[in-house]
Amino acid sequence: MTTMAQPADELTVEHVVTRAPVSQAQRLGAGLSLVALGLLTIWRFAMNGHHDTDASIRLGALNTAHVPAFTVPAVPIAWVAGVLITALGVLWLIIPRRRWFGAVMGAGLGLFVIALIAWLASASSFAFVDVVGLLTNTIGYAVPLILGALCGVMCERSGVINVAIEGQMLAGAWTAALIGTVVGATAGMLAGAFAGALIGALLAVFAIRYLVNQVVLGVVLNVFAAGLTGFFYDAFMQPHQEALNQPPLLENIKLPLLGSIPVIGPLFFDTSIIVYLTYILIVVVDVWLFRTRWGLRTRAVGEHPKAADTVGINVLAMRYRNVIIGGAIAGLAGSYFIFQVGQFQKNISSGQGFIALAALIFGRWSPRGAVAAALLFGFASAMQVTMSINAPSIPSAFIAMLPYIATIVAVAGLVGKVRAPAADGEPYVKE
Amino acid sequence: MSEQTADPAVGPEEAATPLDEGPEPTGFWKRLTASSLIVTVLAFVTAMLLGGILIAVADPRTQNASHYFFQYPWDTFQYGFTAIWKGYVALFEGAIFNPHTASKGTLAGYAGPISETLTNATPLILGGLSVGLAFRAGLFNIGGQGQVIMGAVFAGFVGFHWHLAPGLHLVLGILAGMLGGALWGGLAGLLKAKTGAHEVITTIMLNYVAVYFLAYLLSVKGFQAPPYGQAISNRVFKSAQLPPLLGNSVRVHGGLILALLAAWLIYWLIEKSTLGFRLRAVGANQFASRTAGMSVENSYITVMLIAGALCGLAGVSQILGTNSQLTGDIDAGIGFDAITVALLGRANPKGIIAAGLLFGALHAGGTQMQSATGTPIDLVQVIQSLIVLFIAAPMLVRVMFRLKGPSSVVGGTLAKGWNG
Repeated sequence: MTTMAQPADELTVEHVVTRAPVSQAQRLGAGLSLVALGLLTIWRFAMNGHHDTDASIRLGALNTAHVPAFTVPAVPIAWVAGVLITALGVLWLIIPRRRWFGAVMGAGLGLFVIALIAWLASASSFAFVDVVGLLTNTIGYAVPLILGALCGVMCERSGVINVAIEGQMLAGAWTAALIGTVVGATAGMLAGAFAGALIGALLAVFAIRYLVNQVVLGVVLNVFAAGLTGFFYDAFMQPHQEALNQPPLLENIKLPLLGSIPVIGPLFFDTSIIVYLTYILIVVVDVWLFRTRWGLRTRAVGEHPKAADTVGINVLAMRYRNVIIGGAIAGLAGSYFIFQVGQFQKNISSGQGFIALAALIFGRWSPRGAVAAALLFGFASAMQVTMSINAPSIPSAFIAMLPYIATIVAVAGLVGKVRAPAADGEPYVKE
Repeated sequence: MSEQTADPAVGPEEAATPLDEGPEPTGFWKRLTASSLIVTVLAFVTAMLLGGILIAVADPRTQNASHYFFQYPWDTFQYGFTAIWKGYVALFEGAIFNPHTASKGTLAGYAGPISETLTNATPLILGGLSVGLAFRAGLFNIGGQGQVIMGAVFAGFVGFHWHLAPGLHLVLGILAGMLGGALWGGLAGLLKAKTGAHEVITTIMLNYVAVYFLAYLLSVKGFQAPPYGQAISNRVFKSAQLPPLLGNSVRVHGGLILALLAAWLIYWLIEKSTLGFRLRAVGANQFASRTAGMSVENSYITVMLIAGALCGLAGVSQILGTNSQLTGDIDAGIGFDAITVALLGRANPKGIIAAGLLFGALHAGGTQMQSATGTPIDLVQVIQSLIVLFIAAPMLVRVMFRLKGPSSVVGGTLAKGWNG
């Protein structure tokens, strides 16, 4: 760590760090956690597993006829998985290779999940795990996280910290419920995005024009959005639920060919318009950020605004646009809650905005990483539901903690280096 | 933050009088408009005005009158102003003095509203001190929620699990609460010092870890109260509870004394002690402090330990004072309200006491306003966030009211980005 460096030099310093070989902390952190995970798998799922029952796995809901189903021996799976994870951990401790980091950690986690699912599915002779249902839930939980994280990508890549994702979701949800009831579902969805953009605009004006500390601002905007939507809910919606808070649900649209594919069809291609929009946005944001002029400029503004300004990019305009568009994406996530739950309730986003922030950071401020992290966190939520049914003795609270702990571990650099855009959170004042 | 130290000690209420007298073409007026105090007052007034509009909008009679606004606009205004007046009168009656209950002549009738204000203000002051102290050291403690929860969990556990002599039990309960908060805050400080992990990210995440940890504890026998149907903990024994200050008929409790003591200690720590000097130096410029031979890393750990302990005390006030059983919402949003308190109080202890009292009064009054006039209590949250928004953007307030003078930005010395 070079302490005397000028802010402008830090960029180069960080570059050197990211190309350095695997650090001691990462080597030990990742290796030991893998070994611990492997031993846990062996102890809990193999040695103390359900020896007398096999795991029954289904590929579809219970009431559907001709659901593909099969059984596998749970305990042997757990043995194999546990030994493999431990071996991976030991291997990483001996010869860490930066290139293999993602693959090793992914394989370790994947094996653990397989052993866990097998264990859950063998909990009793009646227990089973519906893998397709699990994945459907995963997508259901992940969609708002993906949208929230993409909002974060838009804002933070252009250099504005957005802690107010939660507030943008709430504003979007309230507006979507109101307009959805009064006008219609599609209008409600668009209105939700618009409301999110409004909070985004507030964030932008105060952060860019009035130079307010952006974390302070985000926190305050969250309180503001929660207070305002709560106030309007109590004042208008609560007394007139039918007139103002009964939005129609968005109907599922089955895509012609893709929707008929056996397992994948119902999973991905028979769902609501917001989910399709999410697919599109994932691709668009990724392409946009890395393949277009706008994206290049956005990244330039987020990394080194002064340099960007020197070559003629309008730094502040770039930031305004990105933050407002980001807000609209988070607002869309808010309307997703509405068309999923059916009506607005106070604090309906219940911290999802903060998990989205976690996904953004865990995904290292890249769209692909953020989407992967959001899917991972969504999967953790879906597992929580399955576990509360199949293994109620295991407290689901610990599974719920996992996204947050994973994010702490990630920013602490124990399992890899996380670096934010260099000018993220720094207001730009032209000299 | 140098400007804030230039005018310490002045709370929002002290400024009300000179404002009413109108502009005077003297040096005094110039000095007044140039100070950050005027921004505070104007922020408060503007937020209350905007809140008033919300009250009027939510009032059913005003809504009805607005249907024939263009035929007879006066009705809309009249009903609107009546609603605002009634709402704010109820707010005052809930927070300061209520002539209707006072006419009964009981202590609860006279002191009830003030007691509610003080009860609400106690954890806000403690939390505000925590966030404020961290601000001074250049850290943003956004993890008040988690620290309050852990403080309440530790204090509550000592309170209902151990049987001890009255005085000793309380002291140990308080210390346990401070320990719980300090552990949770110190963890963020340690991570920042050892790995450079940004404290905003780690404290947000630790908040949720604490929330789920509490949810888990509330489902564990030995912690959960029988008959194990509800997510609520055992009741803290009488011997561990903070004593009531004005008898049993009103809620204000010894936590207030703790809060004032803590404020005095933090004042001494920041302004008079060597440690405080070191923390402020690190907060002002960590590179210069490092060059001067100070250990920036140790400062981070120390300040987060103390900040965590303060939030832990807020948890103590919640579990050993205001409530006696842990529930899922034991933190009551204190962690985030504390940030607004610290910002309004400009991160100095006296300002934080004033800000804590103000927001405590808003909360107490909001409850009364909701029951008396039906205005949703969420209005308080809106007013609170608007005040802080204006405080945090002094430039905006100066532009709105055409004031001249420099703009001191609260939190301006905080680390700006995730990397710094």
